[in-house]
Amino acid sequence: MSETIKNFLYLNRKAPYGTIYAWESLEVVLIGAAFDQDVSLAFVDDGVFQLTKGQDTAAVGMKNFSPTYAALGDYEVKKIFVEKESLEERGLSLDDLQHLTWEDEDDDWAEKDSIHLVTRAEMAAIMDGADVVFSF
Amino acid sequence: MSTLHTVNKSPFEKTSLEACLGHVSAGAAILLIEDGVYAALTQTSIEAQLKGALDSVKVYALGPDLQARGLSEERLIPGISVVDYAGFVDLAAEHDKLQAWL
Repeated sequence: MSETIKNFLYLNRKAPYGTIYAWESLEVVLIGAAFDQDVSLAFVDDGVFQLTKGQDTAAVGMKNFSPTYAALGDYEVKKIFVEKESLEERGLSLDDLQHLTWEDEDDDWAEKDSIHLVTRAEMAAIMDGADVVFSF
Repeated sequence: MSTLHTVNKSPFEKTSLEACLGHVSAGAAILLIEDGVYAALTQTSIEAQLKGALDSVKVYALGPDLQARGLSEERLIPGISVVDYAGFVDLAAEHDKLQAWL
């Protein structure tokens, strides 16, 4: 195939449930995953709240879409970057987030971590390196 | 006159909480709802701001909004009370009026 593969970065900066951005981003990521592009997800600012574990929306009567993040590995979405400073400003650590993994077919389907903790400076470089940035 | 103030925006994204705290009178109550509940977390960059208010006002957080966001009650700043929807109604009834900070 001579098709050009582009590096797509989905930038998530909003908390879930208060606005529709987080859910919309997830839907677009899943649709985009069907097009064989090089996909990365970035979670910055309030976007880090999207990945907290233990979300239970029963009492607010909204759809809990947080389990969907665990399915991203099956869609070949395995580069998930979380900004360290954003977590710290919000009193969070990686332990507060879901453990997201993907299976590496080139390594006997070994389960590998999808989430990479990066500094703000590293996040800036990731943004610079993207061909296309989708902002949510 | 005692007012119930509601804040529904994340304190890390909007200045709604800051504006509310700057205008509340002693004896008032603040109820954190929707993304406003993130202000109730400990060890955040805005924790000191909220703790400072606890001396003069009562602060509540809406339980269902905490649960939706995966925030357990033991992570909240001591002194903040969690209420359910019925508690929200009680607070609204107990105060003279409600002022929303959007």
